[in-house]
Amino acid sequence: MKQTARIFYILFLLIGMLTISCGRGSIEGKGNNFTITIAGSTSVMPFTEKLAEYFMLDHPDFVINVQSGGSTAGVQACINKTVDIGMSSRNLKDDEKILDAITICNDGIAAAIHPKNPITNLTMQQIRDIFNGRIKNWKELGWIDRKIDAVTREEGSGTRGAFEELIMEKNEIDDGIMVQDSNGSVKEVIATDPYAIGYISLGLLDERIKGLSIEGISPTVENIKAGKYMIVRPFLYLTNGKPGDKVQSFIDFVLSKDGQKILKKEGLIDIL
Amino acid sequence: MTVITFKKEQFIKFVLMAFALSSLIFLFLIFAFILIEGLPLFHKIGLKNIIFGFKWAPTKGSFGIFPMIVSSFLVTFGALVIGGPMGLSCAVYLSEYSGKKMKMLLKPALELLAGIPSVVYGFLGVIYIVPLVRNCLGGSGFSLLATAIILGIMILPTIISISFDAITSVPKNFREGSLAMGATKWQTIYKVVIPSAKSGIMAGFILGMGRAIGETMAVIMIAGNALKIPTSILDPLRTLTGNIALELSYATGDHRMGLFSTGVVLLVIIMTLNYIANFGIKKKRLK
Repeated sequence: MKQTARIFYILFLLIGMLTISCGRGSIEGKGNNFTITIAGSTSVMPFTEKLAEYFMLDHPDFVINVQSGGSTAGVQACINKTVDIGMSSRNLKDDEKILDAITICNDGIAAAIHPKNPITNLTMQQIRDIFNGRIKNWKELGWIDRKIDAVTREEGSGTRGAFEELIMEKNEIDDGIMVQDSNGSVKEVIATDPYAIGYISLGLLDERIKGLSIEGISPTVENIKAGKYMIVRPFLYLTNGKPGDKVQSFIDFVLSKDGQKILKKEGLIDIL
Repeated sequence: MTVITFKKEQFIKFVLMAFALSSLIFLFLIFAFILIEGLPLFHKIGLKNIIFGFKWAPTKGSFGIFPMIVSSFLVTFGALVIGGPMGLSCAVYLSEYSGKKMKMLLKPALELLAGIPSVVYGFLGVIYIVPLVRNCLGGSGFSLLATAIILGIMILPTIISISFDAITSVPKNFREGSLAMGATKWQTIYKVVIPSAKSGIMAGFILGMGRAIGETMAVIMIAGNALKIPTSILDPLRTLTGNIALELSYATGDHRMGLFSTGVVLLVIIMTLNYIANFGIKKKRLK
């Protein structure tokens, strides 16, 4: 008998806890807060989250909801007006140009190799051939007789999309090439395999991997700002029509000196 | 028993049954969702083009997963080649040779081995096995061989515990009969014990296969995930599970459906394996 009572008691408690915890979410959303919903590219999302954090410190009455889903999803959501701001890490296609695009910063993509590899410069055509599977051996590029371990990103990734658009052009990335699912894992492969080559966001270059010059131009922030290094993609905020004052105030913050400083610190190329 | 207690008893029984049935409901829901999300693409693209298609480029409309099906089986086969003999030897040693002390040492160790999260196996693979393969045998190290080694270790606990159960359940008089005929201990094990435990051991191998084919995290980290069918054991490859986990975060529309279709194929494979394993165990019991 006692045990039955105890089981009931525990069950009751559990159900009670569940109800309370479910209820809380809806309570928090109330009040005089103003909610901005942002969704889209997974490449832009972490930086938007950071910006939103800083913004909400100064504007406690704002709640900024940042969701991922990919550039295409961001564009679609913006067209359907389900979000206030869409994020994209690629340029808009022609039929998407009904949206207003604001470039919040630029991100360079660097081809990277292991520091032990003596090669410092490749042409666009050589990189294209490596990822297309036409060049398979480092000997063809003037190094030792060893297979090239090329690494690419998975289908659908914004970085891969930009790489395909800016470097591969009409050439397909070969099926025999290794695939990793984040900038971090690509970097890890390059840093541990002396014969690897891959491409990652410029901000992630450090002493563990070596960025390659392309057509003789090294991948640096200065070269990008001077318009010399061309493998650059924009990070865009998209709005459907003119945004409201509240949404505009967040966009203004992102474009302000403070906002750009945050982005610069994260390794992106500010637009100031 | 008073009427009230009886009613309470009935009520408790009902509550417990509801919870017990909930696992069935979860299984049903998982099935339903995977099928609802995955089947439309089979209708749109065609079963043949998905299962026997060689090209996977979901953003460009190609959804062939044949290389991944082959790769999944290759990896699983490799894992069995490495883990099978090891696991069976361990099970035989545990049941026939080891003393009580050794058993007390080995059994908890095996349970621990089963409890290590797969991401840890993957991490160890990336840090030690991959460079080892690269330096000793060449290639990038992210390869069929490295994946098979790690998976072979991961399926050991499954194979050992099920084979062990099968071997210990061989009746004692089988062994005694064989020994009385003048056979040595090894001859007894080899000719009598293992053949009579065969279906149980097979079931262990098949469940190990199920585990290997379903493993995701460790595989993504070590396999290299290239889309081609590997031509040597040093080539990178992509499994069905790896494909889903790799691309899910960015997938929308047809691409996402394509991943669910991969899930449908995986589900069918794993169900078949489990069915065969259960059949094996049942057959043994009926004997």
